[in-house]
Amino acid sequence: MAHYVLTRLLSLAISLIVASIVIFALIEIIPGDPAAFMLGINAQEDTVAALRSELGLDASPVARYFEWVGGMVTGDFGTSYTYRTPVTEMIGERLWISLPLALIALALSTLIAFPVGILAASRRGSMTDTVIMGFTQLGVAIPNFWFAMLMVLVFAINLRWFSAGGFPGWDEGLVAGLKALTLPAVSLALPQASILARVMRSALVDTLDEDFMRTARAKGLTRGQAIKRHALRNAMIPVLTIIGLQFSFLLAGAIIIENVFFLPGLGRLIFQAISQRDLIVVESVVMLLVFAVIVVNFAVDIAYAIVDPRLRRQA
Amino acid sequence: MTLLHIENLSLSISGTPILKDISFSLEEGRILGVIGESGSGKSMTAFAIMQLMPSGASTTGQLLVDGLDTLNASENELCKMRGNDVSIVFQEPMTALNPLKNIGEQVAECIMIHEPQTPRGEALNRARSALERCELPESRFPLSLYPHELSGGQRQRVVIALAIALRPKLLIADEPTTALDVTTQAEILTLLRRLVQEDGMGLLLITHDLAVVADMADDIVIMKDGEIVESGDTAFVFQRMQHPYTRALYEASGHIPERTPTQSMSPILSVKEVVRDYRLPRKKLFAAPEHFRAVDGASFEIFKGESLGLVGESGCGKSTLTRAILGLEAVQGGEIRLNDAPIGPGHTMGPEIRSKMQAVFQDPYGSFNPRHRVDRLISEPLHLLDSPPAGSERSDVISNALREVGLSAEDQFKYIHEFSGGQRQRIAIARALIIQPDLILLDEATSALDVSIRAQILDLLAELAASHGLTYLFISHDLSVVRSITDRVLVMKSGKIVEEGATDQVLSQPKNEYTKTLIDAAPMLP
Amino acid sequence: MSTYRNLVFGGLLSGVFICAALISFLWVPYDIEALNIAERMRTPTAAHPLGTDHFGRDILSMVMIGARTSIAVALVAVGIGMGLGVPLGLAAAANKGSILDELIGRGNDLVFAFPSLLIAILITATFGPSAVNAIIAIGIFNIPVFARLTRGSALSLWKREFIMAARVSGKNSLRISVEHILPNLANLLIVQGTIQFSLAILAEAALSYVGLGAQPPTPSWGRMLADSQTMISLAPHLALAPGLAIVFTVLGLNLLGDGLRDIFDPRLRRGRS
Repeated sequence: MAHYVLTRLLSLAISLIVASIVIFALIEIIPGDPAAFMLGINAQEDTVAALRSELGLDASPVARYFEWVGGMVTGDFGTSYTYRTPVTEMIGERLWISLPLALIALALSTLIAFPVGILAASRRGSMTDTVIMGFTQLGVAIPNFWFAMLMVLVFAINLRWFSAGGFPGWDEGLVAGLKALTLPAVSLALPQASILARVMRSALVDTLDEDFMRTARAKGLTRGQAIKRHALRNAMIPVLTIIGLQFSFLLAGAIIIENVFFLPGLGRLIFQAISQRDLIVVESVVMLLVFAVIVVNFAVDIAYAIVDPRLRRQA
Repeated sequence: MTLLHIENLSLSISGTPILKDISFSLEEGRILGVIGESGSGKSMTAFAIMQLMPSGASTTGQLLVDGLDTLNASENELCKMRGNDVSIVFQEPMTALNPLKNIGEQVAECIMIHEPQTPRGEALNRARSALERCELPESRFPLSLYPHELSGGQRQRVVIALAIALRPKLLIADEPTTALDVTTQAEILTLLRRLVQEDGMGLLLITHDLAVVADMADDIVIMKDGEIVESGDTAFVFQRMQHPYTRALYEASGHIPERTPTQSMSPILSVKEVVRDYRLPRKKLFAAPEHFRAVDGASFEIFKGESLGLVGESGCGKSTLTRAILGLEAVQGGEIRLNDAPIGPGHTMGPEIRSKMQAVFQDPYGSFNPRHRVDRLISEPLHLLDSPPAGSERSDVISNALREVGLSAEDQFKYIHEFSGGQRQRIAIARALIIQPDLILLDEATSALDVSIRAQILDLLAELAASHGLTYLFISHDLSVVRSITDRVLVMKSGKIVEEGATDQVLSQPKNEYTKTLIDAAPMLP
Repeated sequence: MSTYRNLVFGGLLSGVFICAALISFLWVPYDIEALNIAERMRTPTAAHPLGTDHFGRDILSMVMIGARTSIAVALVAVGIGMGLGVPLGLAAAANKGSILDELIGRGNDLVFAFPSLLIAILITATFGPSAVNAIIAIGIFNIPVFARLTRGSALSLWKREFIMAARVSGKNSLRISVEHILPNLANLLIVQGTIQFSLAILAEAALSYVGLGAQPPTPSWGRMLADSQTMISLAPHLALAPGLAIVFTVLGLNLLGDGLRDIFDPRLRRGRS
């Protein structure tokens, strides 16, 4: 197990390093000088030069890369070109919207998908199965931002149960905050839940055909007992893979959904930063999101080993 | 008392009849052998007894298990019966156990399901003693082991342990040793016999292998196409052999094709001190990876026109050696020469050398690209020629090859799924023959076939050897096949060749201990 | 019968939108560059079956031309993914355990850490928003999908005995990959291709919605939805037509994929019943 965790950690570190180089290099080749952009067309040559050195833009790319990475490791993401405030602070504020949103959506989609997928698989070929699969087929096809717009139309504009957007801040209390995140989280979660339910069903259906399920039945277990005790854990292996992949889709989805609901999260931040050429913010937020994806996939790898003794004792 | 009573049982799946009017019964403490080739319905009989049939199955007739009418019993009654009164051991031990639960839990589960009031520790204790009865002592096989940490034979012992944990009255064993090596097979059969004696169970032993039942069963039932063709006391049935199918089956099982051994002293293939190492996955992150020596200094020669057998159990290195001889893998030491030219992967071996050697593989279903027509399939080796035949010349060559293996020239326009297993193996032989090689490697080429088909293929091979002056290297785990078709035999164990000599001599007077074990383990027909 | 239900229904559904896109090259009911403020934000009428938008443009014409954008972007993006991913997967499988295999595997992992939206954000930040950049972003994301699928399935084929037979016939790994492996993967790739195609349509819509895809005046479903959002309480029908167009196209493609898989893989078909 220790060996397994160690190799996974090593590959996590390599992924992070390579990802940071790719992000830095892409931002590096962007045409245009942020300092000149910030000061406008009429700026004096020497004022631009002064700003450049103030922003640290006159150092060599390699030196700046190491400064950027070194800063991130210590929690210092640098200073926003536009707002002249520490990026760490800007991200910190917004993270408290984006992260709960993604996590609530992930929890919600899992909570919906598991029972639905299990029900469909254990009644394979029945009317229940057909109806469930029909709904998930539809769910997979619905773009989450459009679904979000429809939710706004129905629950905010017509029924007035929720506000159509914006975020009151966590200072207004947990309930107010959660209420503002309800529609966004549901519109993120439902299409994802459809995908997950389909995966859960097909993984379980495959497991039901395994030889050891026949052994379990021959021991005298009922169909339900056999599914609960033997099939579910085996079916979790492919499902875990999809949950890992889904997290990255949820993060990306959250960025878009924040736009629908005017939530001041990382998504809004990154689009503002792009339009203002605030490159240090763009690269930091992208790096943070990639970091989250890589860490979640590491967690999924560890979860594999907990579920599957074959991986655990590989070493 | 009659433990199992089957009367006029018929079974069909979605309208297709699988079992037709089957009747037999089994008493306590007796062993009943059910024999048949694939498609005879023997396994479906077992599933019917357990009432674990595929969906769409419908049955008529009567099936009494210890007095319980299982065809009409409720699911609840059946669950109480399964694993408690009747247990079953399946063919494939590698997949029969849940890979995510340790063996202790899996055996204890049987006990906890049927006697829910049993405390967990108590159930584990009973699981421990069941495993011990199946010769998996806790000192070497702790309950915390997972299936993937055990060999096939050990896994089959776990499956047997969970089947007998509650001392059932009836044990069904469906091809329990087919997937196992011959020495492991002998151990498992001995174990089953002992358990039957100790517990006084009835054992229903389902197998395709006449020799296995002949050794073990008190009574036998011979099935063909869903019907019972002959049944009765084992010795009596073997003596009488009333039904022609029984006779055909018996003859095919011990079939020896007619051959005239050719003696020649000019070696066609020479293998000298060959070593093949595999790198194992790293155990520690920074330690050098360890190596596994699959072939360890093997040396032998094959003479022109002879048929040489290479016998060994799984993992002995015979498959690795085969791949090395075919020039598909590099060797780490020694050398292999064909007609005095070196053999090796990639460019070491020119097409003119490669064309002198062809192979026939085990799996009649996996040996062909399903998307190509037979003409394209069997003409693939012609690629090795400088100027492959084209047009009518090509179709002549193909038709000829097909006729030589007993198929018709028209068959070249069909796809492979239109042929049976035996026919496919003929096509595989045609593919090997088409380029007129000197040497053909037969890698378990008859192992996947039913005995009657196997006998036909052996005859064909003997015929072709005579007419074409072919040399064979016959790689097999099956001593009876090797006995019937080879002049000389090599016995391989742990990467080394431990005995070599004329087939008759090695098999009748083995010198090596391991060879003796192998021969003793192989079940014999009366 | 039920075997072909998915195929027929999916084929028809996606076929309608593909036809609409093709027809739009020759004819659309109204010129969508001509503004007609007098006719703005009309609910559906006989003259405008899907109504008009805030510039008075005919929604049906917009949806037809939008189909063109969506399908073109998705087609090229999946083409990039397949065109690069399949050869990479074949090469990795043919050289299993080699440095090449390791590099391709690592590269795949890395790309998977960037959801297509993040790639699009990075590319847009670098080169500015455009349909071409959306194609590249979605295309890059598709490469590892096909590479992994190809590698995994090719590896199991390499273990089959007919590949051994081809090797005994002296064929090299390139030739075996092309002659034996690829044709046996074709079904799988077609099925995955339709699924990725539908995902690409969703991705294009999302990118256009946040302004990283096709730029005005090129109509696209995602942009139409973004435009309709501010007026959703006044004219909800504006949001309905492009949204349903996306749903039906994606649904059609997914059903088509399922239907094809049922036909290509009898093992799965049996599993379903």
